[in-house]
Amino acid sequence: MTQGAHSFSVERGLNAWREEIDAPVAAFFSSCVHCGLCAQACPFFVETGDPKYTPIHKLEPMRLLWEQEFTLWGKLKKTVKDRVDAQLGRAPKPLITDEMLEEWEPLLYDSCSMCGRCSMVCPVGNDIHYMIRKAREGMVASGHSPEGLVAASVRAVNTGSPMGLQWKTLDVQIKHVETATGLEVPIDKQGAEYLVLLSSMEIINFPEYLEAITKIFDHAGVSWTLSKTCFEATNAGIQIGSKDIAATLVQRVVDAAEQLQVKNVISPECGHAYTAIRWEGPNAIKRAYPFKVYHIIEVLDQLRADGRIKTEGKEMDRLSMHDPCNLARKSGVVQQQRSLMDLVASNFVDLKEHGEFQWCCGAGGGVSSNERAEPLKLAAFKRKKAQIEEVEPERMVTMCATCRTQLEEGLEEFNMDIPVVGLTEIIADHLVEKEVENKKAEES
Amino acid sequence: MTPMDFLLLTKGPLFSLAIAIFALGILIRLFEIFALGRAHNYAAARGNEVIPGLKTMYRRFNPDPGTFKRSTFDVVVGTLWHVGFVIALLMFIPHIELIKSTLGVSWPGLPNPVVDAVTAITLLGLVAVLIHRLTHPVKRFLSTPQDYLIWAVTFLPVLTGYLAYHRLINPYPLALGLHIFTVEIFLIVLPFTKLTHIFTAFVARYYNGAIFGRKGIQS
Repeated sequence: MTQGAHSFSVERGLNAWREEIDAPVAAFFSSCVHCGLCAQACPFFVETGDPKYTPIHKLEPMRLLWEQEFTLWGKLKKTVKDRVDAQLGRAPKPLITDEMLEEWEPLLYDSCSMCGRCSMVCPVGNDIHYMIRKAREGMVASGHSPEGLVAASVRAVNTGSPMGLQWKTLDVQIKHVETATGLEVPIDKQGAEYLVLLSSMEIINFPEYLEAITKIFDHAGVSWTLSKTCFEATNAGIQIGSKDIAATLVQRVVDAAEQLQVKNVISPECGHAYTAIRWEGPNAIKRAYPFKVYHIIEVLDQLRADGRIKTEGKEMDRLSMHDPCNLARKSGVVQQQRSLMDLVASNFVDLKEHGEFQWCCGAGGGVSSNERAEPLKLAAFKRKKAQIEEVEPERMVTMCATCRTQLEEGLEEFNMDIPVVGLTEIIADHLVEKEVENKKAEES
Repeated sequence: MTPMDFLLLTKGPLFSLAIAIFALGILIRLFEIFALGRAHNYAAARGNEVIPGLKTMYRRFNPDPGTFKRSTFDVVVGTLWHVGFVIALLMFIPHIELIKSTLGVSWPGLPNPVVDAVTAITLLGLVAVLIHRLTHPVKRFLSTPQDYLIWAVTFLPVLTGYLAYHRLINPYPLALGLHIFTVEIFLIVLPFTKLTHIFTAFVARYYNGAIFGRKGIQS
């Protein structure tokens, strides 16, 4: 990204794939029998009906490379082919060409949110999204990644935010929160228990999140801080598929956390940011963290379990919930958000397929940063829409800024009057006021 | 060559050759997979890898309700003919006798009429999945010549076994010889094609379960 376009080539892409192909990938490619069940698990196929969006097909170029170079049979075939070509005096046809990768670029980026649902369904057990993530490394190295994601990555490296957001914008918001709540938003506080990260999407679209955690952490007596040097939790390098960019961005979080000597880092209401820091980050920088990483929902549920969050009153309308893929299926956080809902909702109904089998909103995995993918993003949303229509909630709750934006935009597109709220804000709305709590304590 | 010569050839040197190619081929395929290894994972685990890995090896026999609903034909007919194939292979008394004479292990078989019925169902199932492959938009799109090849080499041993049992090919040594010959083709083709999924699917399922299990999800 930071280098010139001339340094990208098919050969570099293939080298990236050679590095990425490991035992699971070889086992997966060896096992696919083209049954096509993965298509039925993919919102991009289900809602378009176009077979080219079948998840395993998106990996065909990488499979070709694996077959030719990582299997005895493939190597034999290549040797014979080369001999025949030499005999006939013609140049060997390249296995994978620029044209092929160009054709596959929209398949690997525009029509895949790396939601991982296909990986849960494949009868032979292929973790397809694991391979898509790897395939993207080769796409970046060969110069075949979408402009929107390239731009977001460049902005993330240069400014610290994929949306080019600067501290001064956040600072204005912090001032607003402080005025509205009368509480201090701690900045660069050494030795705090938690370093709170945010996502640019959240800062721009949902400033209520920062206010909510300020209130909740004050209520629960949690010591926390923001970092002026690093407030962005998302990692464009992981979305686009560049280990180098991923490592650069993760290192900033690690540096900030180490500098402030915090025990824990909190990923915001953003599913991608959580998987990026929690699961991929340590592997990007090739070392374990000296701190723990939690999604805000995990922290809130722990506070609830410890009795540190006291709430009053409940939401009376019919609420349902969208599990972000990155949080539920890809990170094992399923029960926590439901326990929190129980605390504040009296009329909660789950979508029929939820938790590890939930359907993606259609915007993850970089799809929302890729303008070209806009029509597909909206098409994929129709699966979510159908799920929502089944249970007819009055409002939807979620815990990911990208999902929330997609739900809001999608529901509006289809003229469905269903507001979408963040779970953290609902919790903040029901906190027992401190003065009331103190009075109660005095009375007793 | 007389039918008896053909039978002796298939039962003798050809069978040894097929078994050797099959065994060596599968060992190479598994070695090719495991030799690649996995990068060290530095992220703190939420869950175990081994138990979820083993569970997923079993769980993919039994799809989630949503998949069952969306792909009922695949699940029902797919399961039916796979189970039928394994029953015909392992529960037919002459097959058990053969295994006993070569490996020295044996188990009780099923009555011939039962295996016969199962075989008929398996054949019908295989024909049905072929038609499905030729007509279903996703399957037809994905299918390569290899998919049809492995269908054929799977179908033929079942068909020839059925024909031999019912004495529909004469003389009998020719019928039996053809059956054994098609099994040999199956065994020889297996390691070089996606028929390896018979073995590698369990490896794939294990890795799938382990990768998700580490993150605290049973896949």
